[in-house]
Amino acid sequence: METMRERFFDVTADLLDADPRVALVLADISAASFAAAAERHPDRVINVGIREQLLIGAAGGLALTGLRPIAHTFASFLVERPFEQVKLDLVHQGVGAVLVSAAGSYDWPAGGRTHMSPGDVALLDTLPGWTVHVPGHPDEAETLLRHAAADGDRNVYVRLSAHQNAEAVPVEPGRFTTVRRGSGGVVLAVGPMLDAVLAATEGLDVTVLYAATVRPFDAAGLRAALGDRPDVVLVEPYLAGTSANEAHEALADRPHRVLALGVPREEHRHYGSIPEHLAAYGLDAASLRERIATFLW
Amino acid sequence: MTTNAINPSTAAPRFEDLPGLMGLMTGDEKHGPAATSTLDALWVLYDRVLRVTPATAEAQDRDRFLLSKGHGPMAYYAVLAAKGFIDPEVLPSFGAYDSPLGHHPDRTLIPGVEIASGSLGHGLPLGVGTALGLRAQGLTDPAVWVLVGDAEFDEGSNHEAVAFAGAYGLERLHVVVIDNSSATHGWQGGIAARFAAEGWSAETVDGRDHEALHAACTAAHPGRPRVVVARVEPKNS
Repeated sequence: METMRERFFDVTADLLDADPRVALVLADISAASFAAAAERHPDRVINVGIREQLLIGAAGGLALTGLRPIAHTFASFLVERPFEQVKLDLVHQGVGAVLVSAAGSYDWPAGGRTHMSPGDVALLDTLPGWTVHVPGHPDEAETLLRHAAADGDRNVYVRLSAHQNAEAVPVEPGRFTTVRRGSGGVVLAVGPMLDAVLAATEGLDVTVLYAATVRPFDAAGLRAALGDRPDVVLVEPYLAGTSANEAHEALADRPHRVLALGVPREEHRHYGSIPEHLAAYGLDAASLRERIATFLW
Repeated sequence: MTTNAINPSTAAPRFEDLPGLMGLMTGDEKHGPAATSTLDALWVLYDRVLRVTPATAEAQDRDRFLLSKGHGPMAYYAVLAAKGFIDPEVLPSFGAYDSPLGHHPDRTLIPGVEIASGSLGHGLPLGVGTALGLRAQGLTDPAVWVLVGDAEFDEGSNHEAVAFAGAYGLERLHVVVIDNSSATHGWQGGIAARFAAEGWSAETVDGRDHEALHAACTAAHPGRPRVVVARVEPKNS
C-alpha cells in the first residue's frame, strides 16, 4: 500500500518540475528518494545534512529571496528540535514555508520516544498564522500538499503518517467534512483516526465529522454539525487536547461539553507496533467505542 | 547632544558623523568600545563594499547585509541613517513604543534591514538560505554578507551553517566576525581557523583599520565562501 510519504516524494518532484519558485530542503531524511529530482534541479533540492537548525534557517533564507521552500524531516526534528528557528526564521521574519513531517506521534514505535512527536501541533499552536493539515490518505496528502505549495507565502505544516485510512475522503482544505449524520452529538475524527472512529461509532446515533485540516479550525463547520446536542468528542492522532481550546472557542456562546481524545502526555516506554500503541493509548476502535459511548450516553 | 552632525541631502556622509548619530539614540556622543565594536566594519561595508542603496533596497539583485548580532544595534542604525535608509529624525525614538528602532532590529519595521535578529545564531543559517535562493534564481552576482560576533559564534547553529557552506562552496556568502574577545571560553587557535577548516577563504584583520577591512572584504575567493575576522579591543578592556 502506498504511503502518504511516498506520495509526497512524487508530488514534490512534480511541483519542482512545474514551479520554479518551489525549493526543497532536506536534512538527510528521505534524501535518497529525491535523488532524481535533485539531479534535475540541483539548485532547488538542497540536502543540508543532519543539521535541523540549518534546515529551517535555510528555508527562511530561501523564502526571503522569494522562493517557496518545502522543508522535510521527521516531526521530532522538524518542529521540536529547531522550534526557535520555526518561530524566528519563518514567523518573525514575516516569511512562509511548507513544513512536511513524517513519523508523527507513533509511526515507529520500535524507535521509541526520540522519534515520537505527539506535541508538534500543540507547539505550532503557540505561534500565529499556521495552517496545519493532517491528511489520512495519500490522495488527501496530494490535495493538501499541492494546496500548501500554492498557498501564497503562508506557513503550512503538513503532517504525514504511516497510519492511514482505507479510503480517501474528498477533502476541501480548511473545511470539515461530514462523513456520517446523527443527532446524539458530534465526533470529530482527525486524519488517520477516521477508520477507527467509524468502526467505534457504528450503530451509534452520532455525527462523524472528518478533519484533514485542523488549523485554521473549522468552527463554523463544527457549529453547523451540532444541532441540539452540543456535545463534542475530538479524536486526534497527536497530543490529547490539542484542539480542545479551539472547540471551546467555537462553542463559547452556548453550554457544551468536550471530550478530547488523543495521544497521552505521559511517556509510554514500550516498543512494538502502531496497533499496539493505539490500543495502549485508548485510540483503537474498541477503546474509542467505550470512551465515546460513555461520554455521549 | 549634537543634532546637526549630518544632513544627507546636502553633504556626503562621513565616518566622523556616526558618533553624532549614535548620540541621538543614546543621548551621549561618547561610546565605549562595546557599543562601537561593529562600527568600523559596518561603515566600510555600507560605504565601500555593499551594492545597495535606499533606492535599491527592494531590488532583487541587491547585495544583502544580515546583521546577525542584533544586540547593540545603535552603530547599525547610525550607518543606515548616514546612508539614507533611516531618517535621522527617527533615531531619538530608539526603543520607544511606536519606534521602528528596537534594541534588536525588525526587518518588517525598517527599510533596508534584511533580517530581524536578537536571538543569537540565526543570521548565518538565514544567510546560507539567502545565498542558495539567489543562486537558484540565477542571481549569481549579488553578495550576501552576515555579521556575527565572536561570542555569538558559541551558538551551534553557526557551526551547522559554516560546515555546510564550506562543503557546498557557497561562494556568494560572506561573513564578518567582530571579534572583541567576548566569548566566555574563547576560541583556541582563533575563529578564522574554524572557517578555514571547513573550506572557507579566511582572513583576520584589524577591525579598526578601514583600508585593511576594505581589502579583506573585496579580496577574490573563487569557489569558496569568505570570512573576515575583524579583531577589535576586548569587550572588557
